[in-house]
Amino acid sequence: MKVGVVVFPGSNCDHDTLHVLGDVCGQEVRPVWHKDSDLRDLDAVVLPGGFSYGDYLRTGAIARFSPVMRAVGEFARRGGPVLGICNGFQILQEAGLLPGAMLRNQGVKFLSQPVHVRVERTDTPATAGLAAGSVLTMPIAHGEGNFYAAPDEIARLEGEGQVVFRYTTKDGRLEAEANANGSAAAIAGVCNAARNVVGLMPHPERASEAELGSEDGRRLFESLVRATSRVLA
Amino acid sequence: MAKARVYVTLKKSVFDPQGRTIHDALVSMGYEGVADVRQGKFFEVDLQGVPPERARETVDEIARRVLANPVIESYRVEVEP
Repeated sequence: MKVGVVVFPGSNCDHDTLHVLGDVCGQEVRPVWHKDSDLRDLDAVVLPGGFSYGDYLRTGAIARFSPVMRAVGEFARRGGPVLGICNGFQILQEAGLLPGAMLRNQGVKFLSQPVHVRVERTDTPATAGLAAGSVLTMPIAHGEGNFYAAPDEIARLEGEGQVVFRYTTKDGRLEAEANANGSAAAIAGVCNAARNVVGLMPHPERASEAELGSEDGRRLFESLVRATSRVLA
Repeated sequence: MAKARVYVTLKKSVFDPQGRTIHDALVSMGYEGVADVRQGKFFEVDLQGVPPERARETVDEIARRVLANPVIESYRVEVEP
């Protein structure tokens, strides 16, 4: 399969993501410049982390109007798997492809630290190969990762099973200290109603090789590869 | 040339971590009468070649589509004749 990693001005995790999908997971990969609008050769699309357009106005607010985002929207509407990581998640929210919005972290500080997230749903391409309830350790690095949606929208997301990851302790318990950015319902990742678009704030590409301290993140990419290959077969 | 001002603020129901931090700082500086601070954004938009009767409509659309995120923010538009 072939995975595209979108490069916006200010993306800074694009090469890490290409490295993990290409060199570690052994897939065909290509960077997709944000002015490209042809994704027809791709089986999956990843929006990487970074600070697209300097995060001016709001995180992801300018990037969502890049030409590539119209193509990503069409790709998603046709059922193509899309994964947004950190800033990529924020861009997908701004584009209306994922629910909610990000507020400044509750303590106002930029947070760069390892966190534990519990896998809530295994019916998305990025989590199909994981065990429900399992806990992954990956780093976060963001100033605006405080997930917000109105209470009725949170209830709807819970009811529809669109909460994919939650910040927990290492043994999977919900505790205020484990939810460092103050996200509503400790939400670390969500999917769309059709379940093919997934976004999460932690960085799986920074936790995909033993020498980086955790290999948990690689399991997301392997899951994405397996789920996508199965659809193609 | 029409001039417009756009005020973007977090909705009342949304917690504002930056406003809270500013509030706490003001109180610790001795401004004990400060009950709350909410931080927002202010935009000055200059329009050229847009007929005056379309100015409000245009800026309203810009505010709705770009300057504010309706999930967390509301906005107010003022147009100078």
